[in-house]
Amino acid sequence: MQKEAAIREPLILGHKTYHDITEDVCRPIEDKAPKMWYTLFGIALIIGLYGVGSILYLLGTGIGVWGLNKTIGWAWDITNFVWWVGIGHAGTLISAVLLLFRQKWRMAINRSAEAMTIFAVFMAGLFPLIHMGRLWVGYWVLPLPNQFGSLWVNFNSPLLWDVFAISTYLSVSLVFWYIGLIPDFATIRDRAKKPLSKKMYSILAFGWSGRAKHWNRFELVSLVLAGLATPLVFSVHSIVSFDFATSVIPGWHTTIFPPYFVAGAVFSGFAMVQTLLLVMRKAMGLEAYIHTKHVEYMNIVIMVTGSIVGTAYITELFISWYSGVEYESYAFINRATGPYWWAYWSMMTCNVISPQLMWIPKLRRSLLFTFFISIVVNIGMWFERYVIIVTSIHRDYIPAAWSMHFPSHIDIGVYVGTIGLFFVFFLLFARFFPVLALNEVKTILKGSGQSYKESPDYHKHH
Amino acid sequence: MSDKVIYVMYDDDEALKDSAKKLVSKGVKISEVFSPFPIHGIDPIIGVKNTRLGIMAFLYGLTGLTVATLGMRYFMVTDWPMNIGGKPNFTYLDNILAFVPISFEFTVLCAAHGMAITYLLRNKTLPGMPAQNPDPRTTDDKFVMEIRLNENHGISEAQLDEMLKETGFFELDKKEIN
Repeated sequence: MQKEAAIREPLILGHKTYHDITEDVCRPIEDKAPKMWYTLFGIALIIGLYGVGSILYLLGTGIGVWGLNKTIGWAWDITNFVWWVGIGHAGTLISAVLLLFRQKWRMAINRSAEAMTIFAVFMAGLFPLIHMGRLWVGYWVLPLPNQFGSLWVNFNSPLLWDVFAISTYLSVSLVFWYIGLIPDFATIRDRAKKPLSKKMYSILAFGWSGRAKHWNRFELVSLVLAGLATPLVFSVHSIVSFDFATSVIPGWHTTIFPPYFVAGAVFSGFAMVQTLLLVMRKAMGLEAYIHTKHVEYMNIVIMVTGSIVGTAYITELFISWYSGVEYESYAFINRATGPYWWAYWSMMTCNVISPQLMWIPKLRRSLLFTFFISIVVNIGMWFERYVIIVTSIHRDYIPAAWSMHFPSHIDIGVYVGTIGLFFVFFLLFARFFPVLALNEVKTILKGSGQSYKESPDYHKHH
Repeated sequence: MSDKVIYVMYDDDEALKDSAKKLVSKGVKISEVFSPFPIHGIDPIIGVKNTRLGIMAFLYGLTGLTVATLGMRYFMVTDWPMNIGGKPNFTYLDNILAFVPISFEFTVLCAAHGMAITYLLRNKTLPGMPAQNPDPRTTDDKFVMEIRLNENHGISEAQLDEMLKETGFFELDKKEIN
């Protein structure tokens, strides 16, 4: 059994036993869903269906229904894509990077953070697909032999790198998540009383046994997957940033993009985790497992990554002047003082100032304040992408071609719809899946459970 | 040949580990342990060897890297070299920097999925398979040790019962199997 320093706050509060952990996590799945769940699910479903309708209209009519014009060829579509991919960075960071660093507090949050990641990447993946206009030829992005002769996709293009990065990230995160879920599905399977749910969870649990040999393999597979997923997390958003950085548009052509995008992704991902978990822990009665200490740790991550993002903004601004390139300088002066100044200053306020408040221990331990900031951060991060994308292209080299971007109702419908669909998926997950890695949490009960840490035997040597 | 299997259940992981240590030191062969979570340190006691799945992951990754390298060389150099702004790209080496991202992604893709599939096959855990654990409580808070009589020829059943009693088990179950 692994022990930890006495001054560390316990990760599991109260007097829990192994059985209590099983009960606490499984009961919300086995009981009838509360009315609140149906209400939220209904709202999310209506918004999601509105989004599906907008997408169908777009596919039927063509992407001319977006508010794009000859100057601004990329706007909300790629903004939303990058925003969702960014949000999808926290889950795998929590389960992979924190596993390598042996951070035990990850165990209470990794399951739902990863679910969030997967659903966010689903939403992200929608945008490049519908952006093709002809969804049914989407497989053309793959290097498949075809009847057109030597016609291959361009492996020198960052857009193709993105295809590989996003699909690898999505599928590897899904596998990582599911391998962790198998033992927990087995727990639900072995408790299930109704024949239908017994059948369903048996299928999902793959016949898991809990043999010593299987656990030995399980731990190694988790470790190796974490080792593979860690560079993957960093590569994915670096590659997303290459979509811009390898171009020659002033404002995009920046070597600082990869680290700056990765930090921003982790920043917004953790904010989304906070938004979801603060509600979930209350609604599902998991306050003993996800408590102030977990929230504080996540806020520290938000503070650090937020500071990196802030530093990157200021560096970018400085370099644009220092480079002496007048187009580059203008791109940034235009961002801060041009017609999109409001977007730029919303971004600066939300992303540079708000995370700095987390230096104050009282604030970063306040759940209400955290919830508020988590939403502010995600608004700020949406504006960040909008500012980078739209302000860099709306005024190009020919003033006669200068233009403004106004979103159409389809732009808004698709974006709001993906938020609805995201919550549809997340609510289904919270209803039917174990939201906590319950069997993994049992391994830290004796090392970090409150009643064990407070007992006089804890610091004796065996 | 008929055989008798003894399932000894404990309600604590440390209790199971301690008694496994005692039993093994007396020459008892423990054929299996079922637990709701990994019990650290049980493997060397009952003689479970470390898995070699890590080596497999490396080999799958290497395969992925090779396929990506050969593929991109064929598509972009042999079959149809693209003229991108007149930049030199007529050998693999000229273009290697542009190939780094996909080489990396494809390596990870193959290593992760290859290992995950091997893991499921080796465990014989696949969708819809029946539960393999002897008691449904072993996925909750109980820990079970499986001892087979025909793997312990030198020890009689009565001797074994005596030894097990000393370990303070929670429940004991015996089954005849054919």
